[in-house]
Amino acid sequence: MSEINSENNVKPEGDFKSGSNLEKVLRAGHFAFTGECGPPKGANVHHLVEKFHHLKGNVDAVNITDNQTAVVRMSSLAASHLMIDHGLEPNFQMVCRDRNRLAITSDILGAYALGIRNMLCLSGDHQSFGNHPEAKNVHDIDSMQLINLVTTMRDKEEFLNGEKIDVAPKLFVGAACNPFADPFEYRVYRLANKIAAGADFIQTQCIYNMDKFRTFMKQVVDMGLHEKCYILAGVTPMKSARMASFMGKMVPGMDVPESLINRLKGAEKGKQAEEGIKFALEQIEEFKEMKGVAGVHLMAIEWEQMVPEIAERAGMLPRPVV
Amino acid sequence: MIVADRKSLEEILSMIKDYKNIMVLGCKGCVTVCNVGGEKEVSILASALRIARQKEGREINIDTKVIERQCDNEYVAQLKETVGNYEAVVSMACGVGPQFLSEAYREQKFYPAVNTTFFGGAVTHGIWEERCAGCGTCIIHDFDGLCPVARCAKSLLHGPCGGSSKGKCEISKETICIWDSIVSKKMEQGRLNDLLKVRAVKDWRTARDGGPRRSIREELTQ
Ligand code: SF4
Ligand code: SF4
Repeated sequence: MSEINSENNVKPEGDFKSGSNLEKVLRAGHFAFTGECGPPKGANVHHLVEKFHHLKGNVDAVNITDNQTAVVRMSSLAASHLMIDHGLEPNFQMVCRDRNRLAITSDILGAYALGIRNMLCLSGDHQSFGNHPEAKNVHDIDSMQLINLVTTMRDKEEFLNGEKIDVAPKLFVGAACNPFADPFEYRVYRLANKIAAGADFIQTQCIYNMDKFRTFMKQVVDMGLHEKCYILAGVTPMKSARMASFMGKMVPGMDVPESLINRLKGAEKGKQAEEGIKFALEQIEEFKEMKGVAGVHLMAIEWEQMVPEIAERAGMLPRPVV
Repeated sequence: MIVADRKSLEEILSMIKDYKNIMVLGCKGCVTVCNVGGEKEVSILASALRIARQKEGREINIDTKVIERQCDNEYVAQLKETVGNYEAVVSMACGVGPQFLSEAYREQKFYPAVNTTFFGGAVTHGIWEERCAGCGTCIIHDFDGLCPVARCAKSLLHGPCGGSSKGKCEISKETICIWDSIVSKKMEQGRLNDLLKVRAVKDWRTARDGGPRRSIREELTQ
């Protein structure tokens, strides 16, 4: 266990927002590469640490999901702290579904005190998707207001109520963006709103419909949003044609083109996963060149063991040391 | 209006299982309009209960009555002479009714026959939908009269979330995404700019979160 010491209170150097590795990588102009890790459905630290091994050194920061899809798991705050202990940089996810402004604020302070330097602000999937559909949800504030709350804590060193904070949390603040939800024409404006609220970086929903994403990024660039915020393109390799059609049908706001499903189906027996990875690698190649895209967010959901290979084949290694 | 659904016969039967002499009391307010607790529904429930108890071989006497409004002490007072003649009273009003009754008649027992669901209206014959959550500080002028507090599954003030798909909410294909409607309307009217700002967090003190609420109209209290 690392010692929790007052060094975690040290202000970021220079004009960095938080001085996190992710921020430094992006600021230095490198093409960023972030990963994702879901905490265990239990207190199984061993299981969590195993996932860390696949990610360590292969990505710049790792999102720690917060009761993702409303399925209850070890808290993202605790898992983020364990991650720091193991020498990786977490991107602490926080949803507005499960906490009111008091809990949100105190968890932000706690996160900073524990050495966390990146945070991703989300509304959260509705609890009806999860394993406690009977739960009462909170939604005291929404993700837009959460971005504003945490950046106000950082920049003005004030709580939401205007009171001064005794050592303000300096976090690099991210938000999500789903270009594939409806109405499509509004998505770029909602992104602009998140940037206006204070988002430093954006991680998009998993991209499969490349045509639509190209159109979206053109709008982003036309509005100059990529100059105000780092945009990381979301990639989740498909393990099979079945997974692809399931996601397309069952996950709201997920756009999986028929052509991709057919491509996976057309792969040789036992080779669908490899085909899925190939598609992901082609995407990454294109994102490297795509105007306005500052990096890739790789969500290898319950497939962390593939991250080293994907990182290698995508030419993402070694990760820059800034 | 306040919308309600009737509880199942089984549940009502189990509430009154110990009684042989009850009153089923309807209300001419909202529950009459939403066809759940008016004249007709009162008599249907009373017969259903009688038949069920007959089948069990435990007959029950049920009298029925419908008053103007159970949420009004003036009408509740009309029960003064009769309410004591029964072992219990089953109210078919919204959740407000049994409480006004219970407060007025301490010695009597009152049971709800309906589940009170929401403030809304009938969108078509036989289908009611929620429109307002009674948050106490109405903000729908900012959204062209559409309410995200009550109608967005996450009460987002900056929607639509990433789960909005083809005009429907992520929670089900039967639920419209109100944020899709808000945005579409603003776009059609060329007033999208209205939405391009970060709204202050909502003050929930006027909603249920501030504790039970009270409305005082000074001029009427004299
Ligand atoms: S803003 Fe509040 S008062 Fe107005 S319609 Fe919505 S829930 Fe009702
Ligand atoms: S899909 Fe629409 S209505 Fe449903 S939670 Fe998201 S924004 Fe709200």
